[in-house]
Amino acid sequence: MTDLAQSGTAEPSATTEPLLRTDGLTRHFKIGNALSRRTLHAVDDVSFSIGEREIVALAGESGSGKSTIARLLARIYKPTSGEIYFEGKKLSAIRSRSERLRYSGLAPMVFQDPFASLNPVFRVSHGVLRGLKLHRPDLTSDQQYEEAKRVFDVVGLTPAADVLQRYPHELSGGQRQRVGFAQALAMRPKLILADEPVSMLDVSIRIGLLNLMATLRDTENVSILFITHDLASARYIADRLIVMYAGQIAETGSIEEVLTNPKHPYTQLLLSAAPDPRAELGVGAETDRGEPPKVIDPTPGCRFRWRCPIAIDVCHSITPQLLPIADGHEAACHVAQSGAEVKAFG
Amino acid sequence: MASRRVNRGPLVVDAQASMPSPSSAILEVADLSVEYLLEGGTVLAVDNVSFSLDPGEFVAVVGESGCGKSTLLFAVAQLLSPPAEIVNGSVMFKGTNLVGLTDESLTAIRWKDMSVVMQSAMNALNPVKSIGAQFKDAMLAHDVTSKQDIAHRSAEVLKMVGIDPVHLGSYPHQLSGGMRQRSMIAMAMLFTPELVIMDEPTSALDVVAQRSLMVQIKELQQEFGFAVIFVTHDMSLVSHFSDRLMVMYAGEVAEVGPTRKLFDSPAHPYTQGLMEAFPSIRGAKVPLTGIPGSPPNLARRTQGCWFAPRCPKVFDRCRSERPQLYPVDGTKARCFLYDGFAGGAS
Repeated sequence: MTDLAQSGTAEPSATTEPLLRTDGLTRHFKIGNALSRRTLHAVDDVSFSIGEREIVALAGESGSGKSTIARLLARIYKPTSGEIYFEGKKLSAIRSRSERLRYSGLAPMVFQDPFASLNPVFRVSHGVLRGLKLHRPDLTSDQQYEEAKRVFDVVGLTPAADVLQRYPHELSGGQRQRVGFAQALAMRPKLILADEPVSMLDVSIRIGLLNLMATLRDTENVSILFITHDLASARYIADRLIVMYAGQIAETGSIEEVLTNPKHPYTQLLLSAAPDPRAELGVGAETDRGEPPKVIDPTPGCRFRWRCPIAIDVCHSITPQLLPIADGHEAACHVAQSGAEVKAFG
Repeated sequence: MASRRVNRGPLVVDAQASMPSPSSAILEVADLSVEYLLEGGTVLAVDNVSFSLDPGEFVAVVGESGCGKSTLLFAVAQLLSPPAEIVNGSVMFKGTNLVGLTDESLTAIRWKDMSVVMQSAMNALNPVKSIGAQFKDAMLAHDVTSKQDIAHRSAEVLKMVGIDPVHLGSYPHQLSGGMRQRSMIAMAMLFTPELVIMDEPTSALDVVAQRSLMVQIKELQQEFGFAVIFVTHDMSLVSHFSDRLMVMYAGEVAEVGPTRKLFDSPAHPYTQGLMEAFPSIRGAKVPLTGIPGSPPNLARRTQGCWFAPRCPKVFDRCRSERPQLYPVDGTKARCFLYDGFAGGAS
């Protein structure tokens, strides 16, 4: 229906094409000065896809490259190499302003900090109406206002007419984050890029936002890229999970499969670190004191090997590829791929 | 930060108000109330809070944003600044009432007998001074002037938290978030105090760093036997670490008791709601609702229980009377359901 990039060359048949697909997506940053030119590999050769009406959780520690991916998908950064396909069309082929606008309406972003992402001097109606003016100029201003009320209702900001007139400081953190989702929703998106949308909120308010995201998928047919470091909230709403480590995908698959049967030592580490009051009392024995590396001019080898208690020789010389381990479950781990039992943490 | 008051007089803190406490408690907070004096009137942010802390005990204070937990902690540490003011009550620390002590007497206690670890280490550490220089400041303030002693102790505490002592020469921005928070804890350990107060030290970290920091705090605590007051909004985080849990709502203690007891059978409807607010990483996936509504505006005093508007078990009496803390099976809950409660299940 949308002709994103008319100038785009013919791409693989649209019959099996997912909503969004990345192919070898890579983003490097140049750091240092004229004397020491170094390259930070924020995202390296990442290929994944997001289907229609699907919530895909992208999990990993700070510095794993998950926010860089969101920014690449939002076209804030340009890929160093690799390509992003949206509905089968190359994003790099986008040239005109109208194409750009159309894409940013189809794949809007919701930010982490609801206290910083709303303009404090305007009523919250300002942001959502501005989006409507830009992205849906076919509506009259009355229709735009009605639409603003509708999306506020959908995200649970009721009475909508009243909330629209408020200023951001009059709203709680949870309500502000709902405004963020309402703004995204007003543009009739296909995919919402949600970068840690709940991590700044109180635990008691998070669950409401998670429920809202599930509702958006189920009733508004929106797909969501849900970036988080909390596997428990990922499990609560996501269909699929991608675990990132140091700019690469460590493990991916359907969320239940990956969480009940984690194959990559890093996924096991994340799982063992998640606080679970329903588990038996006792301080875990795992003693991971490592930190995710800054990947600067990497040499071949698994990037997790320095923290991995089960690393073998090959891990130090060959970078593991992401390969299928079980049905719909892939992991980039030499040990797991050799068929051996992986039990590193937890 | 720490003032450079090297030559202070002998420790004169036994003011007339201090009575030797009969119990073995290291800290006894009695009827503590804190008010914010604002243009539109006063806001009672901490309302008649009493608790005591035994040597080596780990007490967690949990609640939503705005429930007064950080204000309580600042009041205990005597760090409040206008417009906040302690209007009632006492804070007995090792037999001395801290309320009303002069800055000079407090300086003698700070770092030495009691340390505070703040939420954001990036803001708590001085960005233009190296870590080592800040350690030195704290020690100079307590008459440790020998260069060797300072260097030796600084390296020692840094090693204790798992950081290489070369980082004494590092500036805060050169450390990762986890390392900054660890060096704050190292600084708190300089004099092996008897009480360490922590205000959400892990909330800016992601799960793995959070978990390892909690394990570290617990290990240090077991080794050196200091008592901890730990403030957090994430109950699941402290489930395995704290001895006692104090749930705050609207400036009051809603429920207090042994941690495991509260997790197994929460009595107050608010505690029950908090328990239902976080998804689990294991077991069956159940739809959660969280707690509807948002915390009350403390400037608008209402009759009856503060939690009544959000409470699923509200009845007539809750809307007209203020509940007290009633004993329930080893814990205490501020809820009329337990008025006259004599054991057994509700």
